[in-house]
Amino acid sequence: MILALEYHRSPGRYIAARGLTATKPGRLLTGAIAGNVSPLQLVNRQAPRLPGPGWTRVTPLLSGICGSDLALLAGRASPYLSPLTSMPFVPGHEVVGTTLDDLPALPRGTRIVLDPVLSCRARGTPACRWCASGHENRCDHITTGAIAAGLQTGFCGDTSGGWSWQLVAHGDQLHPVPDGLPNDRAVLVEPLACAVHAVTRVDVPSGASVVVIGAGTVGLLTLLALRELTAAGPVYLMAKHEHQRSRARDLDATALIDPRRGVRSLRRMTAARMHLPERGSEFLLGGVDMAFECTGSPGGLDTALRLVRAGGTVVASGMPAGGVDLTPLWYRELQLVGAYASDSEKADFATALRLAGSPVLDGYVDTRYPLGRWREALNHAANAGHLGTVKVAFDITRR
Amino acid sequence: MSRPGFVLEVDERTPPLLIHEGEGFRLEPLPLGTKVIYPPDSLPGIRQVDAAIRRALLAPEGTEPLPELLSPGMRLTIVFDDISLPLPQMRTPDIRQRIIEQVLELAAAAGVDDVELIAANSLHRRMTPAELRRTVGDRVFRAFYPDHLRNHDAEDRRNLVHLGKTPSGEDVEINRRAAESDLVVYVNITLTAMNGGPKSVSVGLASYRSLRHHHNVHTLRHSRSFNDPPHSAMHHSYDRMASLIDSQIKVFQIEATLNNDVFPSATRFLNKREWEWNVGDQASYLAVRRGNRLLRPMARHRVWQSQFAPYGITGVNAGAPAAVHPRTLASLHRQQLTEVDGQSDIALFGLPFICPYNVNSIMNPILVMSLGLGYFFNLYRGRPIVREGGVAIFYHPVPDEFHPVHHPSYIDFFEEILTETTDPLVLEAKYEEQFATDPWYVQLYRKSYAYHGVHPFYMWYWGAHALEHLGAVIFVGGSRKTTARMGFRAASTLSDALEMASPIVGSSPSISYLHAPPLVLADVR
Repeated sequence: MILALEYHRSPGRYIAARGLTATKPGRLLTGAIAGNVSPLQLVNRQAPRLPGPGWTRVTPLLSGICGSDLALLAGRASPYLSPLTSMPFVPGHEVVGTTLDDLPALPRGTRIVLDPVLSCRARGTPACRWCASGHENRCDHITTGAIAAGLQTGFCGDTSGGWSWQLVAHGDQLHPVPDGLPNDRAVLVEPLACAVHAVTRVDVPSGASVVVIGAGTVGLLTLLALRELTAAGPVYLMAKHEHQRSRARDLDATALIDPRRGVRSLRRMTAARMHLPERGSEFLLGGVDMAFECTGSPGGLDTALRLVRAGGTVVASGMPAGGVDLTPLWYRELQLVGAYASDSEKADFATALRLAGSPVLDGYVDTRYPLGRWREALNHAANAGHLGTVKVAFDITRR
Repeated sequence: MSRPGFVLEVDERTPPLLIHEGEGFRLEPLPLGTKVIYPPDSLPGIRQVDAAIRRALLAPEGTEPLPELLSPGMRLTIVFDDISLPLPQMRTPDIRQRIIEQVLELAAAAGVDDVELIAANSLHRRMTPAELRRTVGDRVFRAFYPDHLRNHDAEDRRNLVHLGKTPSGEDVEINRRAAESDLVVYVNITLTAMNGGPKSVSVGLASYRSLRHHHNVHTLRHSRSFNDPPHSAMHHSYDRMASLIDSQIKVFQIEATLNNDVFPSATRFLNKREWEWNVGDQASYLAVRRGNRLLRPMARHRVWQSQFAPYGITGVNAGAPAAVHPRTLASLHRQQLTEVDGQSDIALFGLPFICPYNVNSIMNPILVMSLGLGYFFNLYRGRPIVREGGVAIFYHPVPDEFHPVHHPSYIDFFEEILTETTDPLVLEAKYEEQFATDPWYVQLYRKSYAYHGVHPFYMWYWGAHALEHLGAVIFVGGSRKTTARMGFRAASTLSDALEMASPIVGSSPSISYLHAPPLVLADVR
């Protein structure tokens, strides 16, 4: 038996959470709703079985709480994803752990980070066109094969997830962690790989002006990836909280913008023209070349579309939720690009492991909770910005 | 016979004294020994204003009578001060209307057909059609607007002319229509000693390229004060520019001065010395103060902005600018100058609801700073009323309010630039150019009713001399957020303000209170 946080199907609780967090007071109580209204519970359950050869059991050491996890628990995740999960499942896809079984290139006891995408190789199906070309994150076989449906570990009923004492993972999902990389930084490798993927999804021309919307984990790591992997010119970051601004300065942000004045500030910095519609928010004529939306909120994507110059590019890096006015996309002939997870074509995880070696990421995981204090952990994660934290993680070794 | 200005020393018999605080006022008991600087009583206005104008036009100083300067086929441009003067706005008919109508009559009689009227708004916001109509009157407005009555556009490159550089290397670039006219008639209201004279054309019709030579931190810090032209580096620059302009353009300057009848009859107690208030004045004070407090902010803005002053005209002088202005200043000094013996540790100022840049608008925190540390602090000749290293205490709520149409660049300046620094030199070096050339601000200045992008910087520079001179600045009743953003302190009461000032000036400081409005120019010996 293992201890795990299990998410089960409950349309009533999902709708209740969704309804509550749709209100302004509810949004302020997202953490409490995620912990008390969502269909998540701490259970003792059977350890997951190995689905076949090439798989190993993994004992998580640290397992991060991602914005997409919180969106799921707060009822804000899109129902679009529901066929791509199998319930009940154990959330948690930002994992650093140790293997319990020998694999050909991965002896038992290896410290690993998990690429959570459950693609054709893990499922034992013939490679789809995407997996064959190194774009596993686009896998078409995500609902078939040897294991139950699930777009990632952490959303699949057969693999367990990082918020438990044990999960199973295919060897292709695992990346050994260099000895010198502490767990606190290793647990950031998965979101960092997503950031690397987002930045490499588009061509960032030398000198291009970029705005990153959101200064949570994804936003800050996207800033790091932009600075390390591209020759972008000015990179502006919208950050609500002072600790986020301080970290962004360490990552060489050109300027930090208060989200309440985002459009107005960028107008000044880019010498654009600003206009205020009869209804709705301001928009720019002119603006930045590219925007990376890293909040996953409808407001974030809406803002991004209003900030980018004609012909510019908006990358949706956060998991989007809610409706957005796409008029700027049409009128300004923008390119809207999705960026989901990571792939092997450009070795996103390898790059992320290299970038995670930077000491500038020290202190990003400054709060760890045992599984037993999961409600506190979720509340903290939902209010991480206010509380001066970037990433909250479960410390599975504390039992 | 009007009584001259004087300095009252507060003693046990002195009643609480009136202090303005934005859109409001209070009676404040001041510490014993406080020197209160009162302006002279309001001078009697000229009874026959139209006759005085006619005399000035027909018997000008230093040039031929106006009719002799007018001839058929010539290009005549009449330029007039914009809405920033006078303060508050005057009752109609505006003195500019009266002067312009007479100039136009003379022009018509001389057969002049090519006449244009231009508001000398420099980098100020454009005047609306209603504001233009109120200034020049219905008859002129109907005859000339919109094709021949317009605002100066300091960003219309095609309609600017670079006249050259002064011997000090200052660019002089002004309105093309004025520069290419056979005669420019400038209609001015000299409200303070800094207005009029060499400033009129060189500033009112200029562009940023020209203005940056004198509207800068160095010049303002060496203008002591800018209401004392002989000791004002800014006016020295105006003089150099005016010389260049006069060498190329014939300017006929008409300057009017006003008396101190600033407040209408309903609030006439505001024009009187407190111990002379009768029962009616005291009742009016209580009623107005009570009613004012009950108003919602927007209604209060409207009420105060609809105050039109029943000014009397104390002088109309016309002729060559250099010959006219000394006479104008003499007239102004008769109305505003009060001798003061020595400086104090602390200066008190009550800041009123109006400044040159919030007419029909909102007094934002930057304008409050400019009004207090710029305009009011510089109401001196000789030396400031407060010693170097002393403390200035202003009364104003400094609300966090901005007019989104009139002051867009002020919003960004306050929200983004002042959070980084309040040092005028750093602001000037790091951000002025960016704001001055920002295409959006330029567009709003030209097409909307916005002050130019660089204007908030000028407002900040306006206080540069005071910022350098003073040891501390405290706002009684000021918002803590806005005052802190600007690097100042807020106090709830005068006692608190004095307590805050005590580490700098001690526990028994000498205090001077500049009792304005009406305006008073302290001649500090």
